[in-house]
Amino acid sequence: MTLAETQPQALEFECETGNYHTFCPISCVAWLYQKIEDSFFLVIGTKTCGYFLQNAMGVMIFAEPRYAMAELEEGDISAQLNDYEELKRLCLQIKRDRNPSVIVWIGTCTTEIIKTDLEGIAPRLESEIGIPIVVARANGLDYAFTQGEDTVLAAMAHRCPEKSPTLESEKKERNAISSLLNFGKKKEEAIAEESAYRDHTPLVLFGSLPDPVVTQLTLELKRQGIKVSGWLPSKRFTELPAIEEGYYVSGVNPFLSRTATTLMRRRKCKLIGSPFPIGPDGTRAWIEKICAVLDIEPKGLDEREAQIWESLEDYLQIVRGKSVFFMGDNLLEVSLARFLVRCGMTVSEIGIPYMDKRYQAAELAFLEKTCQEMGVPLPKIVEKPDNYNQIQRIKEIQPDLVITGMAHANPLEARGITTKWSVEFTFAQIHGFTNARDILELVTRPLRRNNSLKGLGWEKLVREEATSPLG
Amino acid sequence: MKLAYWMYAGPAHIGTLRIASSFQNVHGIMHAPLGDDYFNVMRSMLSRERDFTPVTISVVDRHVLARGSQEKVVNNITRKDAEEHPDLIVLTPTCTSSILQEDLHNFVERASQTAESDVLLADINHYRYNELQAADRTLGQIIKFYIDQARKDGTLPQGKTEKPSVNIIGMTTLGFHNNHDATELKRLMTDLGIEVNEVIPEGASVHNLKRLPQAWFNLVPYREIGLSSAQYLQEEFGTPFIDITPMGIVETARCIRAIQKTLNEQGAGVNYEEFIDNQTRFVSQAAWFSRSIDCQNLTGKKAVVFGDNTHAAAMTKILAREMGIHVVMAGTYCKYDADWFREQVSEYCDEVLISEDNGEIGDKIAQHEPSAIFGTQMERHVGKRLDIPCGVIAAPIHIQNFPVGYTPYMGYEGANQIVDLVYNSFTLGMEDHLLEIFGGHDTKEVITKTMSADSDLAWTKDGQAELNKIPGFVRGKVKRNTEKFARDRGFSEINVEVLYAAKESVGA
Repeated sequence: MTLAETQPQALEFECETGNYHTFCPISCVAWLYQKIEDSFFLVIGTKTCGYFLQNAMGVMIFAEPRYAMAELEEGDISAQLNDYEELKRLCLQIKRDRNPSVIVWIGTCTTEIIKTDLEGIAPRLESEIGIPIVVARANGLDYAFTQGEDTVLAAMAHRCPEKSPTLESEKKERNAISSLLNFGKKKEEAIAEESAYRDHTPLVLFGSLPDPVVTQLTLELKRQGIKVSGWLPSKRFTELPAIEEGYYVSGVNPFLSRTATTLMRRRKCKLIGSPFPIGPDGTRAWIEKICAVLDIEPKGLDEREAQIWESLEDYLQIVRGKSVFFMGDNLLEVSLARFLVRCGMTVSEIGIPYMDKRYQAAELAFLEKTCQEMGVPLPKIVEKPDNYNQIQRIKEIQPDLVITGMAHANPLEARGITTKWSVEFTFAQIHGFTNARDILELVTRPLRRNNSLKGLGWEKLVREEATSPLG
Repeated sequence: MKLAYWMYAGPAHIGTLRIASSFQNVHGIMHAPLGDDYFNVMRSMLSRERDFTPVTISVVDRHVLARGSQEKVVNNITRKDAEEHPDLIVLTPTCTSSILQEDLHNFVERASQTAESDVLLADINHYRYNELQAADRTLGQIIKFYIDQARKDGTLPQGKTEKPSVNIIGMTTLGFHNNHDATELKRLMTDLGIEVNEVIPEGASVHNLKRLPQAWFNLVPYREIGLSSAQYLQEEFGTPFIDITPMGIVETARCIRAIQKTLNEQGAGVNYEEFIDNQTRFVSQAAWFSRSIDCQNLTGKKAVVFGDNTHAAAMTKILAREMGIHVVMAGTYCKYDADWFREQVSEYCDEVLISEDNGEIGDKIAQHEPSAIFGTQMERHVGKRLDIPCGVIAAPIHIQNFPVGYTPYMGYEGANQIVDLVYNSFTLGMEDHLLEIFGGHDTKEVITKTMSADSDLAWTKDGQAELNKIPGFVRGKVKRNTEKFARDRGFSEINVEVLYAAKESVGA
């Protein structure tokens, strides 16, 4: 049988619409409150929401100064209390205690069900208390896990100034990234730097990344003479980038389709559709596409990518020829699968809570191309998977690694299936050339760990007969 | 609406699922939006469970919201019945989905007709009851269901067991040290010559619930979970119950004497006095520990206690009665059962606090400035900020509350464990003197490890502004280095120039 015969012609999509576990989208609070330093996040929901953030995400105890629950009680549910007055009372207290630059209201399933008019209340209250209020409906009825960030950024996109600042002082204020990059440099040097940029239509990037990664990606584009005018979100709400009609925008994460749509439709931006800057292959494709759109000849990318791959060789030796199964959790699955195929792995299934084929079009095409170039079968993409069915498939095909949500990791591991928590890829720094090593550090850690325990003969730590049919 | 930063007890469905998944071969079905099934994560991650959590979510999405669940919940129940053949399926909504006004009773009714397993709807008002109350109620509901069923089928066993026997009620998954407590109490019962009839719900089979009335008495070690079941069994079958928490030497003895009394009333003729005396004075280390020289210095030390009713009350009594520690405040978050707590601890502490507001508790701790705190993870966090040691004695649970080694809080071994916890929470003995005399272990280095708030150095506005521009991940380090530099050079104030001078001096 030749290789070509084993390969399907195109990616196969299936929507299982099953019972599956992933985190609630309000979990975006966990990283967004850290990212936007002058923000306050108010999650308007029930005890169920609060206990999730406290226990499963472990955020509350550390986030206390800039995050709280507006816990809905019986009187709120039965509409005996006035939503406007209640929210006003809470927001005034937040203003008095914390005085943030913005309060982000996170709507939940409960506010959807009881139809609280958050979007209607916010502007009135905002003008009454004098603090901007951004409303994001990060509910589990419509969204999964990381899409919570999408709802917040889409709402914040409306708050970006319409005109870029003309005053020098204002420029300085808004240009937090360049002052970060130029930290410690003299003014003349900074001006000389400015001329290193080519003349192009302004580019704004969207997606919440840790500050060092923001700097890395900004520098990566600077090497091509591309100036990043700003990031959505910025470190501070008061430093949101100006977005004018005709600006180019590019997303760094695969779960930001609503933000992309909002920027295109409402702010009249042009979206650069590209693979995502995850892995050296993805980062290169991302830069190349931006260069192409801005009409800039990319330079040195061959060497840069080759150099990164070379530095990964020790990890690649561990993963080559191994198989990986994504149960689906954080919507980073397609990008990670594409990178791992390029690393020499085979992917049998990509579970994913939600698949936006338009926003992910370039990434999907890149996955297909990568599989063909590497001579491996195309994975099946299963949207809204059924975890029970997936576990039967995992038992059958016995993949070398399963990337899964936290609910299934320990039970699979106890049955001799090597696993990695998908949530770690959500929180780790995985974007850009430099961080490709961190992805493989995560991917290979369970393989290395289990390899070092291999001789002990302890692979299965449950009694076969004593377990449920799932076992 | 309530502005909340922290919850001491979870929502009702967590309590229901703790009961359901504690039983063997019982499956929970959640009628809830995506992500509300994080109970699976808690059970799998916090208690390092090897088995798949027997809870499946029937996802409520936009379609369900628009058109109702229709067949979805019923199908999921019958599907799980066919896949796993559980003895019982418990259906529960969450706070969110309980307001959808779907007729879950009807779904259960319909599913029962085709399913082999029994099907129950957890009957809880999700806005009135918290995790602990819901767990207590769900356990009662399941017991009643199987007692009624056995009565109907005529399979309810008659009479008591031949030898004295006990049901231990309230041991659950995700309970605070419950697994170790269960082992310790079973050992204690064996030592007392009492047969353990059933331990419920952890590890129990629902089909054995009809055997509950055969026990001579019921033991309810935790105030929060199991009490209503014991009351029900007393009403139905006259089974006496003992709800004295056997924590600490004194209360363990009191619990054993209550057991003795109840057994003798039923004609057993037991005498445990010798056992109690032997354990207290010679076997257990706890009583001796309190008398040992090293612990003289505990006398009059101030402590604050906070937790659930069971653990906070027991801990207050242990500290005050068994160790001579001055409990300045004892508090509970079980507001719904506040009278009991007050009655239990009033004579052992200066002040009683009933509150669910972590801010209020934190403020009280700051005011009292105790030498040690015995509280939850939240008070441990408060203690870290105030530099006061804290021993964790109660839920909300944390992965640290699932130690691999044997660490019960109940019975005689539990008393030993608590002694260690108390001892390690205070600085004592010679160490205490040395710290007082020399003012610490190492006075050479001017740099302090503490973060900014209590620093003696003032940052000017421009200095602080510049510091804030430094990326968060190195800011702490830059700050500490700058403050060290300023202390070395004798600056009392740090402005932007000092910051840069410091930066240059380290060549960064």
